[in-house]
Amino acid sequence: MADITSKFTRSRSLPRVKWSQVVDHAILIAGALFMIVPLLMVLQTTTTSDIETMRHGPSLMIGTELDDNFRKAMFEASGFSGENSGMSMLMNSLILGIGFAVGKIVIGMMAAYAIVYFRLRFATMAFWLIFTTLLLPLEVRILPSYEITQKLGLLNTYTGLIVPLIASATATFFFRQFFRSVPEELVEAARIDGAGPVKFFIDVLVPLSQTMIAAMFIIMFVYGWNQYLWPTMVTTEESMYTLVRGIKQIVQVLEGNEIPQYGRANMLAIIAVIPPVAVVIFFQSWFVKGLTDSDK
Amino acid sequence: MAQVTLDAVRKIYPNGVEAVTPASFTIEDGEFVVLVGPSGCGKSTLLRMIAGLEEISEGDLSIGDRIVNDLDPADRDIAMVFQNYALYPHMTVRKNIGYGLKNRKTPKDVIEAKVQEAAAILNLTEYLDRKPAQLSGGQRQRVAMGRAIVRDPALFLFDEPLSNLDAKLRNQMRIEIKALQRRLGVTSIYVTHDQVEAMTMADRIIVLNGGKIEQIGTPSEIYHDPASTFVASFMGAPPMNLLAAEMIDRVLVFAGLSVPIWTTARGPVQLGIRPEDLRLDPEGPLQMEVDLVEELGAHRLLHGHIDDQRLTVHLSEDTPVQTGPMRLSCRVDNLCLFDPETGRRLVTALPDAAESPVEAQSETAW
Ligand SMILES: Nc1ncnc2c1ncn2[C@@H]1O[C@H](COP(=O)(O)OP(=O)(O)OP(=O)(O)O)[C@@H](O)[C@H]1O
Ligand SMILES: [Mg+2]
Repeated sequence: MADITSKFTRSRSLPRVKWSQVVDHAILIAGALFMIVPLLMVLQTTTTSDIETMRHGPSLMIGTELDDNFRKAMFEASGFSGENSGMSMLMNSLILGIGFAVGKIVIGMMAAYAIVYFRLRFATMAFWLIFTTLLLPLEVRILPSYEITQKLGLLNTYTGLIVPLIASATATFFFRQFFRSVPEELVEAARIDGAGPVKFFIDVLVPLSQTMIAAMFIIMFVYGWNQYLWPTMVTTEESMYTLVRGIKQIVQVLEGNEIPQYGRANMLAIIAVIPPVAVVIFFQSWFVKGLTDSDK
Repeated sequence: MAQVTLDAVRKIYPNGVEAVTPASFTIEDGEFVVLVGPSGCGKSTLLRMIAGLEEISEGDLSIGDRIVNDLDPADRDIAMVFQNYALYPHMTVRKNIGYGLKNRKTPKDVIEAKVQEAAAILNLTEYLDRKPAQLSGGQRQRVAMGRAIVRDPALFLFDEPLSNLDAKLRNQMRIEIKALQRRLGVTSIYVTHDQVEAMTMADRIIVLNGGKIEQIGTPSEIYHDPASTFVASFMGAPPMNLLAAEMIDRVLVFAGLSVPIWTTARGPVQLGIRPEDLRLDPEGPLQMEVDLVEELGAHRLLHGHIDDQRLTVHLSEDTPVQTGPMRLSCRVDNLCLFDPETGRRLVTALPDAAESPVEAQSETAW
């Protein structure tokens, strides 16, 4: 006892500086600043008027225009038709992000389920075929995809925005790996318990995949949210614009001799950053738990 | 409750492995049958064919009075307990046990009542709301049992259910499972490679080797009347001593031992002696060189050799022993003879006591 307490007091009274720790922290702090400072700069410009920003550039001053910029960004329409306020763009982005993520997860899970659990002929080949589509991202096949979408009359619809992007080799691959790690006996126990393929999928596999689903959701939501090229191609009506597109448009519209609406564009940028961050924060604990807990 | 009949059931895997050669046997209603054999001998394959998890390549399987070859596992009226428990990790104990009933559209209150009943039998009542990850190995095994018993199946199938437990728990669960089976009277097939489990739990044992049935019999038959050298050396710890001996003029000769025996064989034979049929005897006919004494508390094992042949002696009395030469005598009425080529058991009989030489008779007496 005596020993222990004396040790404790000694280490407290003489905090030894470990240089390696100082270096570690310096690196971490530098990294954090590198990530945060640009965001703070953007945030700062949303609080000052555009003239101010024009004159001085980003500064340390916190202005009083936050409300005004927020109101303009969210509720005031830009463009010609006046239908793309920040609200509607946010809505469109959410629909795209969620639809994209959910669609990819559902399709990926079902494809993986078929490949792993059913004795299909050519299942392995089918899997590798799906896998090779990883080499064919949207940008490569954008013309045929656009043409099909257009011929189906899906331009300027949510279906056209989401469905052509949904088939996902990534999700299929991850779910396949996960399903293969589920013990065989679990399937057999379920068969003896009278659970058919659909019941097994819904009652056992989906709950078991929770953490995997969460991880996929994070990745796919952010991926969908950040889509720029495809929405630009299939949406021409301003009411269908997503945030990522809309920001660009504000800057575009104001390239004349007016003062650019920095406050408004930057406010939209901040708003565009929030949902992905929120999704990551919300699903993070699950995500980490899924990667570390291994009770299957 | 049901009788299970296999009629020339055979399994050939798609890769051409014949895991089970045509097997025929009948398991009576309420019987506890243990399938035992070394790793890879086809025990699991046979069990899984009965469960319906593996297709039957040839032959007929009937449970009760139905041929079930083409029925789904769920329709065969069976329940199975797996080695790694195979509990649904995301469901509570209650849901795990009730899942099979739920899938059969049993009303909720009936499920609850049955789950409660099973939990009471298995001492799981206080764990009903836990997830499997929060249970000990023994408790998980009990949940797996619970899942089997709530459905009142005609047949229980166990695939090495205790091999993930530690020795003490295994002994305890062994007794519990056996008692439970007695109480419920459900026909059971139990796969294990642990011969203690096989001996203690079985009404009848089926010994498998390389996909073939070596012997079917009660534990005592299997132990005392092994049908082949394989069974003799597989069952029993330590196993039966197998020694090269010779039949000369109706007399079995091994080292200093000569026993008149009636058998059809001539020339070289394999002699099987259980370690407990040998004992220390200063006047005995056998001279053994003891290399090692294993102290096991209740008894001791002497490992040594006679000429070049290794053998083991089981001593239960408390005589002091050291390594070195030691004289032994042997109880002759339990001797087994095997064909040295095929390993099959030879039919033998001891001559009438009146005809037998004094030496052999005195040996028999103890
Ligand atoms: N799916 C399969 N495809 C091909 N061969 C198989 C398959 N499953 C098992 N086998 C082979 O069939 C034989 C019997 O296997 P089985 O699993 O029945 O053995 P076991 O007696 O249960 O062994 P253990 O005690 O190790 O569990 C083995 O030789 C094995 O290699
Ligand atoms: Mg096995």
